[in-house]
Amino acid sequence: MDPMETIRQTFFQECEEQLNETETGLLALEIGEADSETVNAVFRAVHSIKGGAGAFKYERLVRFAHVFETALDGLRNGRLEASPSAMKTMLRSADLLADLVREARGDAAVDDARLEALRDELGRLAEEPGEPATQAADSFGFQPLTLSLGDLAPETPPSQGWRIVFRPAPDLYRRGNEPARILRELAELGDMRVTCDASALPLLDAFDPGGAYLAWSIDLTSAAPREKVEDAFDFVIDDCELRVAPLAPAPDAEAANADGLEFTPLSIDLPMIDAPTAPQAAASPPPTERKVETVRAEATVSQTIRVDLERVDRLANLVGELVINQAMLSQSIVEAALPRASKAFDDLTALEQLTREIQEGIMAIRAQPVKPLFQRMTRIVREVADATGKMVRLKTEGEATEVDRTVFEKLADPLTHLIRNAVDHGLETPDERAAAGKPEHGEVRLTAAHRSGRIVIDVSDDGKGIDRARVKAKAVEKDLIAADAQLSNTEIDNLLFLPGFSTAAAVSDISGRGVGMDVVKSSIQSLGGRISVSSRPGLGSTFSLSLPLTLAVLDGMVVKVAEQTLVAPLTTIVETLRPKARDVHRLGVDQRVLADRGVFVPLIDVGIEMGFRTTPADPLSGVVIIVEGDGGARCALMVDSILDQRQVVIKSLETNYQQVQGVAAATILGDGRVALILDIDAFVAVTHSQPPLAAVS
Amino acid sequence: MHIPDTSAGASKEFIVFRLGAMEFAIDIMAVREIRGWTPATALPHAPSFVRGVINLRGAVLPIVDLAERLGFDPIELSARRVVIVVQIGARLVGLLVDAVSDILSQPHETIQPIPDVASEVVKLYVQGVFAFEDRMIGLIRLEHLAPPSLGEAA
Repeated sequence: MDPMETIRQTFFQECEEQLNETETGLLALEIGEADSETVNAVFRAVHSIKGGAGAFKYERLVRFAHVFETALDGLRNGRLEASPSAMKTMLRSADLLADLVREARGDAAVDDARLEALRDELGRLAEEPGEPATQAADSFGFQPLTLSLGDLAPETPPSQGWRIVFRPAPDLYRRGNEPARILRELAELGDMRVTCDASALPLLDAFDPGGAYLAWSIDLTSAAPREKVEDAFDFVIDDCELRVAPLAPAPDAEAANADGLEFTPLSIDLPMIDAPTAPQAAASPPPTERKVETVRAEATVSQTIRVDLERVDRLANLVGELVINQAMLSQSIVEAALPRASKAFDDLTALEQLTREIQEGIMAIRAQPVKPLFQRMTRIVREVADATGKMVRLKTEGEATEVDRTVFEKLADPLTHLIRNAVDHGLETPDERAAAGKPEHGEVRLTAAHRSGRIVIDVSDDGKGIDRARVKAKAVEKDLIAADAQLSNTEIDNLLFLPGFSTAAAVSDISGRGVGMDVVKSSIQSLGGRISVSSRPGLGSTFSLSLPLTLAVLDGMVVKVAEQTLVAPLTTIVETLRPKARDVHRLGVDQRVLADRGVFVPLIDVGIEMGFRTTPADPLSGVVIIVEGDGGARCALMVDSILDQRQVVIKSLETNYQQVQGVAAATILGDGRVALILDIDAFVAVTHSQPPLAAVS
Repeated sequence: MHIPDTSAGASKEFIVFRLGAMEFAIDIMAVREIRGWTPATALPHAPSFVRGVINLRGAVLPIVDLAERLGFDPIELSARRVVIVVQIGARLVGLLVDAVSDILSQPHETIQPIPDVASEVVKLYVQGVFAFEDRMIGLIRLEHLAPPSLGEAA
């Protein structure tokens, strides 16, 4: 890739982070859970976006970020109050800023009218647009590049010492001198604070690798005489610009400005600049008494690296292969009939242990917290609330819950839809709420949690609940159910998931985008997940998603049916039993039911259902697995025997073939052969789609 | 094996294989590997020419009995039967054949349209024929063998 393009990519990646930071901060401000640092963080984030955008000449983005920044500055220095209406404007501005970043990246363009409107609104918020922004930029600009070789922020201002301005010339580097060495030498003299001035740094196209663009301003708190300080620069005195002046006990930031050290901050990762600074900082051994502090500062910053997702996926696939191969090896060792005491068994156990750990490790790498996803939803709520004139508060919980990356990515659309629905259909208007004796602000809750090996995400609202009478009428009208059908409340609620069902009387701009809840349901199902709904009239509804932690492996029960090996997902299995003659009842010619603790469940001969055999097996000779599908409906699957219970790696059948009825996916077992994983929901659906009465005749 | 005749203009290389007494060819560029038959896992609700799926180094590979797909008698399974793994679009499919007989190079212009006596199924999957020495070799039209059309007509 072209190096400029790489840097541009980095810029956009960082924009995402800055945008998240901006939104998080603004949301905290909105609910009054913010301190002065929050405003600063938001300001810095917007400022960084502006700086980077300037480097790439994204004019629209720069201009808007500038106006936004000005308004934020007002907030920062107290000229502007964080009133609800101001915060609303700020949040909408953050949304627009995000859209402008997207526009810069080449995605959807931003509407000019919207841009103008918000720009004016922000302009009105900030009393003195323009001038304060530049000031702010200056005082903030220093932070990103502060290079600390000692105390980050001394408690008391330095009382005595030297202010040194050190600007190396290109010759300094050409002669093999290293500024870090000099700074290190200075550090021996006392506490010091180094600020790097990168203002001379040109844009990349003008960048000369042999040039010297950085300068340092050093505040040295030390009793050392001037000569001692100048000694440090002895070797380079002819190749640099050096000013040494007594340090005044005045606040330094302003003094630095007075010195004319103005520069725009760098907000993009420039590898060629980054590389030398890192070793510099690392290579400088701070005097012992300061060591502790340095270590502490490092510990609080979590170290991360960016890795191409493809590499992680490849590794994950290889680990999948490793698991299969290890299973094959264990089988071979068992078949080799080695003596019991053979060392091979111990080694194999160790290998199994390692494999499992590697697998867990790779899954942890792929896992990521749902926080960014939830954050995106706050925006959705805001937009829908604005469009519908409703007042909504989004409460999120369990944002740290981690889910596999693939699941994460595919969750965005269904979740967006559920959130839109909750605000658009679930919540009432402020007037309606007031009439019902509820607070004007509706509440939408979004929670995530791990529960028995799955991740459960709930979207609930405190609105009016599902209007069951209307849902039923609609279903009858659309010919989805018979007019005289007797349905339980749960059954009525589940009508929402039927294809072609939409409760909104008029197709609104917000929820009615041609996709219904059936699409949400099928996308959740394609993730191996389940969706359910519960509702209480007048109190609200909850949509609950239950998803697997990963799409890569599942715990399964390996069974044998008509010489074929099949896998049933363990999560669907309620119990296994050997049927007794008195529990099996005939219902029609081929249909049988099994009495399971007094409840009759359909008994399915898996061999016949899958077409592996044509004559039904004797139910009493085999084993029955009671399984439960998505909707909670159960059926009894008849298999010949249970072989094993193990973790299997999920392999798609669709990659090279197509979807197969009754089969969820495939896997590869220890003998190297493919085994099919049963699609329990398909079995349950088959048995429950037949009206029970028809089977008797 | 024949040395490809490089004097011809736009020549293509083909893998030639037998189905019963007949010979067919596949563009060698589509062939990923050739392997011996190993027992496949049966797929429910699959047409009979889909013999099931096998493990191809971790990927699930469907096996199509090409003879049966073309309307001939199914291939009798034994370890000596051959699976030609071909890439069709983004998919890999294993074609079960009796034996691989040749690799040869053939100029494009020598390929003739398929004679009209052939059945409709054959016409769908065979795009033309060419003569080699005194043999007639049918050229398989791979794109029609990819799913979902693969399982469409049972």
